[in-house]
Amino acid sequence: MSILVDDDTRVICQGFTGKQGTFHSEQALAYGTRMVGGVTPGKGGQTHLGLPVFDTVAAAVRQTGAQASMIYVPAPFAADSILEAAAAGIEVIACITEGIPVLEMLKVKAVLAQDYPDVSLIGPNCPGLITPNGCKIGIMPGAIHQKGCVGIVSRSGTLTYEAVAQTTAAGLGQSTCVGIGGDPIGGLDFVDCLARFADDPQTELVLMVGEIGGGAEEAAAEFIRQGYPKPVVAYIAGATAPADKRMGHAGAVIAGGQGTAAAKCQALSEAGVHVVDSPAELGVTAARVLAQTTEGASSS
Amino acid sequence: MNLHEYQAKALLSDYGVAVPAGLLLTTSSDKTVVEEHLPESQPGRWVVKAQVHSGARGKAGGVRLAEGVSAVQEAAHAMLGTRLVTHQSGPDGLPVEAVLVEPAAAIARECYLALTVDRELERAVMIASSQGGMDIETVARTSPESIRRCVINPTVGLAAYQARDLAFSLGLEGTQIKAFVTMALNLYRAFVERDAALIEINPLAVLDDGNLSVVDAKVALDDNAGYRQPEWWARRDVNQEDPAERKAIEHGLNYVSLDGNIACMVNGAGLAMATMDLIKHAGGSPANFLDVGGGTSAEKVTAAFKLILENARVDAILVNIFGGIVRCDLIAEGIIEAAREVSLEVPTVVRLAGTNAEQGRRMLAQSGLQLTAEDDLASAARAVVALAEKHGEAAKA
Repeated sequence: MSILVDDDTRVICQGFTGKQGTFHSEQALAYGTRMVGGVTPGKGGQTHLGLPVFDTVAAAVRQTGAQASMIYVPAPFAADSILEAAAAGIEVIACITEGIPVLEMLKVKAVLAQDYPDVSLIGPNCPGLITPNGCKIGIMPGAIHQKGCVGIVSRSGTLTYEAVAQTTAAGLGQSTCVGIGGDPIGGLDFVDCLARFADDPQTELVLMVGEIGGGAEEAAAEFIRQGYPKPVVAYIAGATAPADKRMGHAGAVIAGGQGTAAAKCQALSEAGVHVVDSPAELGVTAARVLAQTTEGASSS
Repeated sequence: MNLHEYQAKALLSDYGVAVPAGLLLTTSSDKTVVEEHLPESQPGRWVVKAQVHSGARGKAGGVRLAEGVSAVQEAAHAMLGTRLVTHQSGPDGLPVEAVLVEPAAAIARECYLALTVDRELERAVMIASSQGGMDIETVARTSPESIRRCVINPTVGLAAYQARDLAFSLGLEGTQIKAFVTMALNLYRAFVERDAALIEINPLAVLDDGNLSVVDAKVALDDNAGYRQPEWWARRDVNQEDPAERKAIEHGLNYVSLDGNIACMVNGAGLAMATMDLIKHAGGSPANFLDVGGGTSAEKVTAAFKLILENARVDAILVNIFGGIVRCDLIAEGIIEAAREVSLEVPTVVRLAGTNAEQGRRMLAQSGLQLTAEDDLASAARAVVALAEKHGEAAKA
């Protein structure tokens, strides 16, 4: 088991014939992802990477039964691509594109909530998601992953790879890794992913990688505090970040004294989350917490 | 992107929001401009305001009251060409290259009005408070009951009833209600059509004669929307930005200056923040945040080295690359090239992990350069802190 996607998931790529779409579709195929085609308006009927190209997502869904899409469309057109995918019945939409205007995302989120409440949007401005040995939808390096028991949810890209590599080195592996993205307005948040990991039998522990800005980590803390069935390990990046400065990600800014790493760590600690203050300790902490949990279970 | 006050007022004026008739003086304006626009014969009081990207200008001496035209000249002369240090600007302050002269209004009371995006609600919100003239965070602490918010549905936009509700909460009455509602609807139109991240009118003054006046306005535009607001992006005042941060943008890098002595260069924003945290954790202090991009290139690494070395405070450098799609051997090649090109003399620790990391580390070791290669995050941080201390002491001696 896993969350959101597995080796049966039929995947298409929007922006398929572009440079990014081509490169990452090749990588996804090499990883074993069940890619069934792609979409580039005006190039329908062509074949690319041995797969059919469609003019519209609706046509792709009709002819391939696609369930998930990865979007590499340039920022000015990406919000439209998300809406097109949702309207065509795609269930999991991973929007990798960075730089979508905030007001566009407000509209997208309002439409999804109103008309397509069952769609899972990942991102934008994210590395995507991966279920090791099954399905890679995004720009993460496949080789560092290993099938296993840790569910990872993160606002970052390369910092997620760090967490992945550490859990792989610790022999734990991952169930599914979701990069939820660094924008202020995005799709699935920590709570949405925690809820899915809670129901996934393969996931024994959840590793959360947060960062400064916004209140998503605090919301996750409140969700966990109300009773969460699995241990959670968390790291919040940006304890040393100055206020009112955007740290790379559009959403990573401490505004008006809100969104500090200290406040997030405190909220998570109080909810019973194992908060690590060094990103080098994610893997070892996950291993230690899991060992303690198993010990506790066998002795009781 | 932040706009100057005079630009913000021009933007609002485009949308039918009445703003005071102002006169902009720059370092290149000559005396006759003032004489022409503010005739000596016309008695009056003016406010002369330094145009810098910072709040709290008043306390820093950047807002002066001038009685008569010659006093306006004096105040402008005293400010233009100087740097204004506010508690938000950093110790170096910001260059004053323009001042805005406006008639001093007879203010009965000061309110607050703003439009921004609430991340948690995922909606634009309009915020009003009867307590204006101070920052809204202070008001939120001292008199939260004075703050009223309305949440805007993007498909409908700001509704008139919501604007009326805010007007009543501000204690406005009579013709003020209609004037406020018109202003609020125009502000929302400006917010949407110009891709604003923030429009803040503080204070929104109620004048002695009962009219509303936009005394100060702050507008920030969404950085992601620059491509569709070319007219406003062309007016970006880069002189208000940190020179290193500005140069970084030209090279597609994300850089933020900090006050420590250990520079870092990292691929990915989250990992870059984590690297700063690690340096602090190991007892050091980061000199900057620098994200060279998740999939970086040799050219970017070279540009990043040059940028870092312009900071004279730097005692050591930590390069932290997690090679995913980008192979570490290619990054190592870039680092070696860059180190030679800039004749790197500052002690540098390179941590490479991920694809072809071992090969990359071998290349660094064999390069003959003063590079310490590490594979572990924590030990890399400890190594760079130790090297920085040694380098700092040697520099002092």
